[in-house]
Amino acid sequence: MTTTSPAAATTDPPAPALPEPAPASRPRGRVRAASGGRRGNLASLVLGPAAVLAAFIGLWYGVSDGLLNEQQRFMLPPPHEVVRVGILDGKNFSSMMSALRLTCEVTFSGLAIAIVVGVIVAVAMSQAKWIENALFPWAVVIQTVPVLALTPVLSFFFGFALTSRIIVCVIIAFFPIVSNTLFGLQSVDRGMHELFRLHRTGRWTRLWKLQLPAALPSMFTGFRNAAGLSVIGAIVGEFFFKQGEPGLGTTLSVFTSRLEGERLWATTLTASLLGIAVFVFFGWLSRRVVGRWYQPKRG
Amino acid sequence: MTITHPGPADDAADTAAAADTAGASPDGAGATPALRFAGVRKRFRDGTVALVDTDLAVRPGEFVSVVGPSGCGKSTLLRIASGLEKATDGTVDVASAGVGYVFQDATLLPWRTVRGNVRLLAELEHLDAAERERRVDEAIGLVGLGGFEKHLPHELSGGMRMRTSLARSLVLDPSIFLFDEPFGALDEITRERLNDELLRMFVLRRFAALFITHSVAEAVFLSTRVVVMSGRPGRVKADLAVPFAYPRAPQLRYSPEFAALCGEVSHHLRSQD
Repeated sequence: MTTTSPAAATTDPPAPALPEPAPASRPRGRVRAASGGRRGNLASLVLGPAAVLAAFIGLWYGVSDGLLNEQQRFMLPPPHEVVRVGILDGKNFSSMMSALRLTCEVTFSGLAIAIVVGVIVAVAMSQAKWIENALFPWAVVIQTVPVLALTPVLSFFFGFALTSRIIVCVIIAFFPIVSNTLFGLQSVDRGMHELFRLHRTGRWTRLWKLQLPAALPSMFTGFRNAAGLSVIGAIVGEFFFKQGEPGLGTTLSVFTSRLEGERLWATTLTASLLGIAVFVFFGWLSRRVVGRWYQPKRG
Repeated sequence: MTITHPGPADDAADTAAAADTAGASPDGAGATPALRFAGVRKRFRDGTVALVDTDLAVRPGEFVSVVGPSGCGKSTLLRIASGLEKATDGTVDVASAGVGYVFQDATLLPWRTVRGNVRLLAELEHLDAAERERRVDEAIGLVGLGGFEKHLPHELSGGMRMRTSLARSLVLDPSIFLFDEPFGALDEITRERLNDELLRMFVLRRFAALFITHSVAEAVFLSTRVVVMSGRPGRVKADLAVPFAYPRAPQLRYSPEFAALCGEVSHHLRSQD
C-alpha cells in the first residue's frame, strides 16, 4: 500500500509495545457479594419490625384497657385474652384449625384453577395479536366487576357451598396471573426473537425454550399477588356462601354476630397468617426457581 | 456510481489463499461468491432509505469488513443477508444455508449456563445429541471458555459473554459468518484479544465473513477487504484490499504499513462526494 494521507494521524496511534495479555477474566461474584451485604444487616431487618410489633401490641393494650369500657371491650379484647380464649382453649383452637383447613382448600383450589386457566389464556394471547385483542378487554372486565355484585348470580347457578366459594377465588385471582404472564411473554428481548427466527424455529419450540423461561420471573410476581388475593377471595366467598363446612370466613361472620371479640380476633389473626404464609411461600418458590439467574433491579 | 476495485481484491484473495496453511481452499477468481448483493436498495416503511445501489460480493474464504458512519445502513445490509429484512429492490444471493450471525449484544439466554447457551443453536437445528455435545466441547475449547461451562451469563464479563456467543455460532460450523459490530461494546484490550482469536478461528475454519464495525483499525486488522460506505442512504464508496497475509500477528497493528492503510480507510470515510 502506497497511499498515505493526513488522516493517518487520527487513527489509533501505535502503542510503543505489545500490551501484556490481560489475565483471563474471572466471573464476577457481584450477586453473591450483594446478598452477603444484606445478610450483614440481619439485626436491623429483625429489630425494626420487632420494635413496630411491640409498639403495636402496646397500642392494642392502650386502646383495650384505656379507651374502651367494660361493655365496649368485646370490640378489642386485650391480646392475652385473645390468646387465652382463641388459641389456648383446645376446643376453639381445633375448630379454628378445621376452618383454616377448609379455607386453605378453597384458596388453593381457586388459585390452582386461576393459574392454569390464566397461563393458558396468556399464552394464547401471546401467540396472536387478534387473540390478545379479543380476550384482554374481557380479562380487564373480570378484574373490574365487583365480585360481591356477582355473588347472587353465582348462588343461582352454583348454590351456596364450596363451588361458589372457589369461583369467587378464581375470579379475584385471575387477572394478575394473566397480565403478568402476558407481560413476561411479551418482554422477551428482540435480539433473542431474531436469533430464533434465523433458525426458523417453530412457535412451540420458541415458546418452550425462549418465552416461557423468560416470563418466569414476571409469572411468579403474578402468582404471588394472585395468592394473596385468593386468600381474600376464599374468605369473602365463605362470608356469603355458608352452606357446608365452615371456613374462616364463615366463623368470622358467626363470631361477629355473637359479639365474641376474643374468637373473632383470633380468627382474624389466623386468616392474616394464612395470607402472609402464602405470600412468603411464593416468594421463596420464585427465588428457588429463577433466583439463580434473575436478580430484580434494586432501587 | 459505485466504486469497486475488483483487481486488488482478487490479488488479496489470492494472497490470502496462498497464506492459508490449510492450503486447499477453493477460492480464486472464478469462484462463485458466498454472498452477493446486486443493486440492493432498502426503503423502510417510514420512508427512510437505508441503502441504495449496493453491490458487494464476499467470496469463500474472504473476510470483508464494512465501515461507515452511524446510520449508513451497515447493519441493514447484514440483516438483509441473513433474511431478517427483505431488500426493497435488487438481489441477494447466499450460497449456503449455513449462515452464522453474531449480534451486537451477546444475546445469551440468562437462565442457561455457558454450555447450555453454546448448545442452543444445535438444539434448534436438531443436531444428533452425541454429535452436538462433541461440537459444543470443541467450540468451547476454541473460544477459550474451558472451565466456565457451568457459569451463568450474568457471572461473566462482557468479553466472555461475546465468546459464548461466538461459540454458539461456531457449533453449526457455518460457511458464512455475519458479524454485526460484535465487539463494539468491549474495552480496547478485550477487543484486540478477541480480534486475535477471531482471526485464529478464521484461519482454522476459513469461513466467508462479512463484518460490520465502527473501528477502522479492527476492520483493517481482520479483513482481506475493507468496504467503506457513505452516509445515509448508504452505498459502497470504496473497496480496499488489505494485503497482509494470514495468520496475522498482533504486532501487525504497530507496523507503518498498517497505519498507512488505516489512514487510507479513514480518508475515504471522511471524504465527501
